[in-house]
Amino acid sequence: MTEPIRTPIIKWGAAETAGAIAKGEVSAVEVAQAHLDRIDAVDKKVNAFLHVDTEGALAAARAVDEKRAKGEELGPLAGVPLALKDVFTTKGVPTTCGSKMLEGWIPPYDATLTTRLKDAGVVILGKTNMDEFAMGSSTENSAYGPTGNPWDLTRIPGGSGGGSAAALAAFEAPLAIGTDTGGSIRQPGAVTGTVGVKPTYGSVSRYGLVAFSSSLDQGGPCARSVLDAALLHEAIAGHDPLDSTSIDAPVPAVVEAARMRDVRGMRIGVVKEFSGEGYQAGVMQRFDESVELLRELGAEVVEVSCPSFTLALPAYYLIAPSECSSNLARFDAMRYGLRVGDDGSRSAEEVTALTREAGFGDEVKRRIILGTYALSSGYYDAYYGSAQKVRTLISRDFDAAFAGVDVLVSPTTPTTAFPIGERADDPMAMYLADLCTIPSNLAGNAAMSLPVGLAPEDNLPVGLQIIAPAMADDRLYRVGGAVEAALNDKWGHTLLEEAPAL
Amino acid sequence: MPGITREEVAHLARLSRLELKPEELDHFAEQLDVIIGAVARVSEVAGQDVPPTSHPLPLTNVMRADEVRPSLTAEQALSGAPAAEDQRFRVPQILGED
Repeated sequence: MTEPIRTPIIKWGAAETAGAIAKGEVSAVEVAQAHLDRIDAVDKKVNAFLHVDTEGALAAARAVDEKRAKGEELGPLAGVPLALKDVFTTKGVPTTCGSKMLEGWIPPYDATLTTRLKDAGVVILGKTNMDEFAMGSSTENSAYGPTGNPWDLTRIPGGSGGGSAAALAAFEAPLAIGTDTGGSIRQPGAVTGTVGVKPTYGSVSRYGLVAFSSSLDQGGPCARSVLDAALLHEAIAGHDPLDSTSIDAPVPAVVEAARMRDVRGMRIGVVKEFSGEGYQAGVMQRFDESVELLRELGAEVVEVSCPSFTLALPAYYLIAPSECSSNLARFDAMRYGLRVGDDGSRSAEEVTALTREAGFGDEVKRRIILGTYALSSGYYDAYYGSAQKVRTLISRDFDAAFAGVDVLVSPTTPTTAFPIGERADDPMAMYLADLCTIPSNLAGNAAMSLPVGLAPEDNLPVGLQIIAPAMADDRLYRVGGAVEAALNDKWGHTLLEEAPAL
Repeated sequence: MPGITREEVAHLARLSRLELKPEELDHFAEQLDVIIGAVARVSEVAGQDVPPTSHPLPLTNVMRADEVRPSLTAEQALSGAPAAEDQRFRVPQILGED
């Protein structure tokens, strides 16, 4: 008898991996070990991980295998390895947020999301690299060095969740967790050829998620397929009494939607404002083809205007820094994290200021100062107050659009992955990477990015963004699943198969 | 109205408890001036009669059951402290020389 030829374990998706473990075709320990070996082999080049928890991962995998041996029922993700963004607390495992401020910090508690993953039997391989405190669009703002894009290691993997997206694209993990404050799940997904979802604000608990901008931050799933993202979405979403902004309502049926692969009769709106100057030709080409594909698949496509979206970027860069200036005040060198200059002669205030100078990187400092400025008396009404009005106008634009269509689509980000260093000290150029993703954060609705091809001019991945109303996250998966299936049929393989070997 | 001076950045840094170096002040002042020039566009809507949105969810007074739950032990709470003494956080002198 000959064994059926199977692709290597690291190429399997999450659903396939969990199925093979449940059937006993492979043990969870073998799966974990295969991924740990892969990390060992390629992560020196990619730098997706800040910490690899070998012992913890193998122990979690053994627990899944023991559960199966006892005949207990396994969940749909039991034994599946995952890369966790280093912004969620993990009891006993370092959590740095990509900052020197938290170097060596071992949290004494798990985030609710971490607990949910553990309860689902997910095997957490380690913590992934990110822009410091999730501020950035390239992962270059990490205090621990940039992450390379597996498609071209000299280019950025997006940010802030570049480590999570790169871990997927480098086949270091089939699942990852990101957080999205202005696009930090979707933009890395777009530039690495992976799937990333920002769920409706309030649907995934923020307890234990180190806060950057509390009214915008949202954790969510990252994967190599729409179905895998849906399975992870279902595992992490749901009400949490420990987060007072958590939505107390059932999670939309995202897994069912991902399996439908049918958009017939759906109404899809193309956001008129997200095109034109600054958009790379190859990005627009793949986007236009995706829109045409949706039409061929039986959706009705119309153009929609959301005039306030042009003010989203300026409003975001007032609201997010304002909230950040307040949230990051907790890093005062007193209770945890870095402390410098405590030589017995200096006051607490001096030690705080010296520590923050030494512990924060440039982008964090810029945003703290910008936020402090925007909240100053004399400027508050003109800046912060106006930004909050823009937020209302953006929500109204979405409401008007969703009165006529089921979902909106746009490119996820205006360009493909840019070279490491190109925008590193040009904040405004960097901020433009989040142009199309920010409106959903301001309105709190749901959005996904999925790969729709390579830009012909540079052979780098392009993402399609799908936006749905709050608590209609299932529509993202319905549309995304249909587009993904049609494209994979056309190509004969997934887009990531075209990525160069590392 | 847009624009920010090096002196203003120095003042904001003091308010934010950031002991910036002189070269950082030069660099940030230049960059923040550009950023503020760009974000100032929001003031286009300043005169409009639109209610502000501070949060995407209209939630107020969220309560949970008043039940005793396990919490961190003193040892756990102090585990990340830069300095601890007698089961307390040890901090530098609160009042400075001046």
